[in-house]
Amino acid sequence: MEKSLVIRNLHVNVAEEDKEILRGLDLELERGKVHAIMGPNGSGKSTLSYALAGHPGYEVTEGEVLFEGENILELGPDERAQRGIFLAFQYPMAIPGVSVQNFLRTAINSIRRARGEQDIRVPEFRRVLNEKMDLLRVDRGFASRYLNEGFSGGEKKRAEILQLAMLDPKLAILDETDSGLDIDALRVVSNGVNALRSPERTFLIITHYQRILNYVKPDYVHVLVDGRIVTSGGPELALELESKGYDWVRQEFAVPEAV
Amino acid sequence: MAITEEQLKQAEERYEYGFHDPETYVFKSRKGLTPEIVEEISYMKGEPDWMRQFRLRSLKYFEKRPMPTWGADLSDIDFDNIYYYVKPSEKAGRTWDEVPDTIKQTFDRLGIPEAERKFLAGVGAQYESEVIYHNLQKELEAQGVVFLDTDTGLKEYPELFKEYFGKIVPPNDNKFAALNSAVWSGGSFIYVPEGVHVQLPLQAYFRINAQNMGQFERTLIIADKGSYVHYVEGCTAPTYTTDSLHSAVVEIIVKEGARVRYTTIQNWSKNVYNLVTKRAAAYKDATMEWVDGNLGSKVTMKYPSVYLMEPGAKGEILSVAFAGHGQHQDAGGKVVHVAPHTTSTITSKSISKNDGRASYRGLLKVHPEAEHSKSNVRCDALLLHEESRTDTYPYIEIENDRVDVGHEATVSKVGEEQLFYLMSRGISEAEAYSMIVTGFIEPIAKELPMEYAVELNRLIQLEMEGSVG
Repeated sequence: MEKSLVIRNLHVNVAEEDKEILRGLDLELERGKVHAIMGPNGSGKSTLSYALAGHPGYEVTEGEVLFEGENILELGPDERAQRGIFLAFQYPMAIPGVSVQNFLRTAINSIRRARGEQDIRVPEFRRVLNEKMDLLRVDRGFASRYLNEGFSGGEKKRAEILQLAMLDPKLAILDETDSGLDIDALRVVSNGVNALRSPERTFLIITHYQRILNYVKPDYVHVLVDGRIVTSGGPELALELESKGYDWVRQEFAVPEAV
Repeated sequence: MAITEEQLKQAEERYEYGFHDPETYVFKSRKGLTPEIVEEISYMKGEPDWMRQFRLRSLKYFEKRPMPTWGADLSDIDFDNIYYYVKPSEKAGRTWDEVPDTIKQTFDRLGIPEAERKFLAGVGAQYESEVIYHNLQKELEAQGVVFLDTDTGLKEYPELFKEYFGKIVPPNDNKFAALNSAVWSGGSFIYVPEGVHVQLPLQAYFRINAQNMGQFERTLIIADKGSYVHYVEGCTAPTYTTDSLHSAVVEIIVKEGARVRYTTIQNWSKNVYNLVTKRAAAYKDATMEWVDGNLGSKVTMKYPSVYLMEPGAKGEILSVAFAGHGQHQDAGGKVVHVAPHTTSTITSKSISKNDGRASYRGLLKVHPEAEHSKSNVRCDALLLHEESRTDTYPYIEIENDRVDVGHEATVSKVGEEQLFYLMSRGISEAEAYSMIVTGFIEPIAKELPMEYAVELNRLIQLEMEGSVG
């Protein structure tokens, strides 16, 4: 199989607390597939997504991360994005005074310039933006609002998916995108993700609950406990986990309690 | 991603408008300030005797007044080491063809002809102390709108000058108003007749070009009943190694039912002391709006003010200040409610980068007679770095209980999480900073004519190039 992302023996500290959160994580993502990572609170789910996106507050002490064959650990977050990694945030930041469309155009052009391409022309940008907003059933007035400012929880998540659609990444990491969504919003977000699935795009859906996986069918499910992937399987693993709970995983796979 | 001092220096040296033309002046006064120099300036200009005496009287006020110690540090200003008058060419040019080539090149580099082609109604561009190029569209002339350099205005409209000049900002108002009153030269004089709406902004560019030369322009705007005018000044200046002084006075009279908007984008080079007195009087149902952006200079002290003289008068002040390395922007606004049923708003946004310091200093004063007045003051500060500094001095003096006054102030820091969020979309750190900053000032930028909004954003991007680290 073709690998999109390969993680080997990844150890990550949260810099501020000097505490090791990921403790030798191994994971391989197959290109064009949807991988789900499930794990209880405190297992290191958000740490993994931040570490992959290059957050300066997360320090990699050991291991390697290869994206499309390239070691990305020395790259800044902007350079990783330019290579095609996208993180949909659990808590997206508000940027007052910057409209969704200005922000998107700046981001697209930053990525294009890094790849030695021309800036996107404004009419083309408008056309693509309208197309994606329609696809995701986002009101067109959304484009002129200030990014995430005064957005409801559902609107923020939709804005994240719209960014995903516009930036067209090779790897999309969704960090608990389902948290705090009501069933309608969850459906809209899930439909969006499904519409964006392609053989060229790999998804890593990080979640606490099995719920989103009813809407976005994963190809693979991995279970993260105490900073390591303890087991992997097909979609059925998610259901088993849902019914038996994370304690079952700890016992079954003899994971020691976190220190 | 850290940036070295050397890179920072290079970024500052790339300062776009920091070019420097050879000096070719017709007349340059000696350095320093004496009654003889003031007499000489007045004589060179062929002024009436009352103006000569006004200047000499002002010089005495200037000498008597101590240096202000309540704002920025002004102790490095050496008044004896400044040229108070430089006249670049014999007479004000009437058409573009008559403008000397070197000066034209300077304007070309500032993009003035292009700006004019696009939408300007009239251009009065000040180069050194004298307005050398002036053009007013024919339809404005037909409407009776006067747009002249102030020296010519004094010659052609002596009665208006006797009535209004030095009345809104009296020469003994403050030390720098006194200095300007003694040595003023150039600036704009605008008269808009009753009921006339000037549709397009009137615009003037200012530059300082001679080393150690103070620039003391003086602007007088009279908007007659029910008229409207928007005046725009953009200031860019070359960079020099010794300190320069810019001390202007702007006086505006907004008569019954009239509206005046005065927009400034100040981008003096980083060695200029920019000490400006701007004041307007708004009468019955009149509206005065100041839009004031301060990016350049070493020190700026500027508090555009509005006196609300009669019922129904409105004042609005929008102020943006950007203080980078070594800069102190002491800016804000001042509103005095003299009459009942008057309203005002002050909105201030300041940004401090590196060890830059931006202060908001404002005065809101409500007289005992000014009942049922409303005012709202809001100041927001954005700090980019640990060593950045902001201060707020909101003075409020209310002598009437029946008023509605609101005041709000916020200070925010550019957070690691905001930067990471933007960078995770492929945006570089410098561009992420500049995006946050332009977003922060967006409420004010959107009030600017588009060309100015674009220039403001471009200047901020330029400033942000050296901000990463």
